[in-house]
Amino acid sequence: MKPYLPIVFVVALLAIVPFVTTSNVVLNFLVTTLLIALAGQGWNLLGGYGGQYSFGHAAFFGTAAYATAILQVRYGVNAWLGLVAGILAGALVGAAIGVLCFRSGLRGSYFSLVTLAFAEVLRIISSVAPITGAGVGTLIKLDLRPEAFQFQSRVPFYWIILALVALSLVAVRATENSRFGAYLVAIRENEDAASALGINTFAVKLAAMTISAAITSAAGCFYAQYFLFIDAAIAYGPRISIDALLAPIVGGAGTLFGSLFGALAIKSLGEATKLVAGDAPGLDLVVYGLLLIAVVGFLPRGMAGLMAAVVPRGFRTALPAERDHA
Amino acid sequence: MPEPMLIVDSVSRRFGGLLAVDKVSLQINPGQITALIGPNGAGKTTLFSIISGFLPPDEGRIVYDRIDVTAEPPYKLARRGIARTFQLVQPFPGLTVRENIAIGAHLWQRSRAAALKLADQVARSVGLGAQCEAPAATLTVAGSKRLELARALAIAPRLLLLDEVLAGLNPSEIRDMVPVIRALTGTGMTILMTEHVMQAVMSLAEQIFVIAEGRVIARGTPADVAADQRVIEAYLGRGAAHRTAAGNAHA
Amino acid sequence: MLSPVILVPAVINGLMAGAVYALVALGLTLIYGVLHIINFAHGALLTAAMFAAFFAFTLFGIDPYLTAIVLTPLFFGTGYALQRFIIGPAAHGEDRGFLLVTLGLAVVIENTLLYFFRADTRTINLPYAFDVIEIGPAFVAVPRVIAFAAVIAVAIGLWAFMHWTDTGKAIRAVAKEKLGAELCGINVAHIYGVTFGVGAACVAIAACLLIPTYYVNPTAGEAFVLIAFTIVVLGGMGSIPGALLGGLCVGVVESVSSIFLGQSLGQIGIFIMFIAVLLARPSGLFGARL
Repeated sequence: MKPYLPIVFVVALLAIVPFVTTSNVVLNFLVTTLLIALAGQGWNLLGGYGGQYSFGHAAFFGTAAYATAILQVRYGVNAWLGLVAGILAGALVGAAIGVLCFRSGLRGSYFSLVTLAFAEVLRIISSVAPITGAGVGTLIKLDLRPEAFQFQSRVPFYWIILALVALSLVAVRATENSRFGAYLVAIRENEDAASALGINTFAVKLAAMTISAAITSAAGCFYAQYFLFIDAAIAYGPRISIDALLAPIVGGAGTLFGSLFGALAIKSLGEATKLVAGDAPGLDLVVYGLLLIAVVGFLPRGMAGLMAAVVPRGFRTALPAERDHA
Repeated sequence: MPEPMLIVDSVSRRFGGLLAVDKVSLQINPGQITALIGPNGAGKTTLFSIISGFLPPDEGRIVYDRIDVTAEPPYKLARRGIARTFQLVQPFPGLTVRENIAIGAHLWQRSRAAALKLADQVARSVGLGAQCEAPAATLTVAGSKRLELARALAIAPRLLLLDEVLAGLNPSEIRDMVPVIRALTGTGMTILMTEHVMQAVMSLAEQIFVIAEGRVIARGTPADVAADQRVIEAYLGRGAAHRTAAGNAHA
Repeated sequence: MLSPVILVPAVINGLMAGAVYALVALGLTLIYGVLHIINFAHGALLTAAMFAAFFAFTLFGIDPYLTAIVLTPLFFGTGYALQRFIIGPAAHGEDRGFLLVTLGLAVVIENTLLYFFRADTRTINLPYAFDVIEIGPAFVAVPRVIAFAAVIAVAIGLWAFMHWTDTGKAIRAVAKEKLGAELCGINVAHIYGVTFGVGAACVAIAACLLIPTYYVNPTAGEAFVLIAFTIVVLGGMGSIPGALLGGLCVGVVESVSSIFLGQSLGQIGIFIMFIAVLLARPSGLFGARL
């Protein structure tokens, strides 16, 4: 129970928010932040812990979002079933891409490139295919009933995304303390040495990719329900791929709360940028790009690295991913 | 005579135009320390990579415990009980010494706690007990070699392949390491080592194979091999071989 | 469908288009061959150069081919500075660092362009853009022929630079054996900067060659970059002749297959070819570093 206490603490803290404020602005900000935190936690498992940097996590996000939207709109499937189906669909795509990449022994930059390419292929296909609504996208009909996974107020949405984030935190924590997690980190640190110690690196990487895809897929499904609209650019565009990797890198890749804290940081920065410079498209991504360069250059272990320097050992929850080894 | 644990049967391997390993056959007996020696570039590390599954042979077979394991990937061999250290140490740099060893321990221990506990024990057995918390990247060369050894031991192997485990150590560090290696056979472990440090090989090995230019040119006990003309010639050249023979003739 | 009257022009046009792909790939392969990094910012740099060429024409009336004379050294300097003062230091020499920093750079450049110039697609109208030259059964647009000739010239120039100048030899030395080169007194950080600068310069030239016949918007460069990546992997990482030949091949393949598949599916074809090539050729064949 002890390793899960920090999660309980953080989640409890976040759970208090709707009781403290009814401001839609604050709630919306937190919902979208938690959405990114969830998508990023998926990336974090594969990239932060496993060292496999995917530049195309949108492939899973978008597949899940489209899956749940299409099932609801074209086949009348219940939205909650859609959630499950979406996660499965995204996980399946993750497994498929994983098999292709890892069977071929793709590592490092090649892996990143190929995942980017896969996301792009999906984007192009979904922008012309009739089933996704092609260029117009897919709109989920407004149906404000809990059974339809839609709510009048933002508060239930907040609870749900918080619950999903909490689940993802528990999942990652459990991984950290398991043999699977140890093997994943070993692969990140030195894949050849790992295989000499009996680790089936293909199987471990594939499992990590599938779980990672599932977590990010959950975020995709939630997005579809919260915004009720999805199109090729939103689903498979570079924006979500960048959000998913930036949040954990800023917060501390390979740490439990890295994605959550990172998401808070980048969303706050994004909002601040909008306040200062207006709503022009692109500016917040410019800031994100600069942030990425700055973090890699000055704070390679992200905010977790900062905290590790400040917070005494006993209170730390996880081993930061150490990459400053030349 | 007990059944050989490992049989290397007529193994060959080319790299482009270079025949690195040329129909090499050898047998490793259980519970013994066997050494592979030979001048630089003789093909020892290539042979090691083939035996440990990192490189497939072009011809020949590797038979372990009567099972043909040719070209099986390293992780499968590890599960069969073959462990290997690397000539250029390959630690997990971001992890502590204990965590490094625990990765190995996890092969047979599912629980994290059990693996970490076993890691502690193994660390102590190679003399790294005091450095369990240290990040692997901060170890000295000697410490890294011990870590390399500890990690391999943690998978509870029956056959341990040591690839120049003494390379880069100064004489006093070698003196400290040799008893650690010798103690391993006390537990019934079989060891195949490649080495350049002659005094260690001569004092540790019970059986030696000499490889030069990809071929086995001599085999036997340390005494046999030290006196073998072909071995002297391979290391020191034909002239030296004659001079030694002449010197021995006078003695 | 396969009659020579249709095929030959398609092949010739493919060669023309392929030449520009090759030039973009040339810069990329050079950067990979020497720095051993995949420059994710390559496409963004191409887009920036295209915007520069575009505005040089629309605001000042300067012909793109003349713009190239100024833009090339400008981009060389920018590329040099980027590598020497931002990418190199920030990456701390790690592959993952380069990956993320060049990605960040790409995001910054593309979105800066987006912020200032919006997402509209623009083209320029050159008076001679639609003049054609007759080559056999094909009518080829003049800018494309100029582009082809220019790329061949640049490739020859680059080859000469690499083999006959001291800097070029230093670059090849660093590419082969960085530590050894350093021990011989070569300033590796400087060479890295020069290489990146040359890569950026290639992209600047390519942009000026493209702008007469191609559109520009903040994501225009991206399309070229994945094609360039495919070419680099096909032609061999770090090989200049490989990039050239690979580019020409890809241009022809794209041109011929768009007869059958149409334009947008043609784009998917490039991506799928890219994925297929990477999956079929394990990274072990090309770069132990990755």
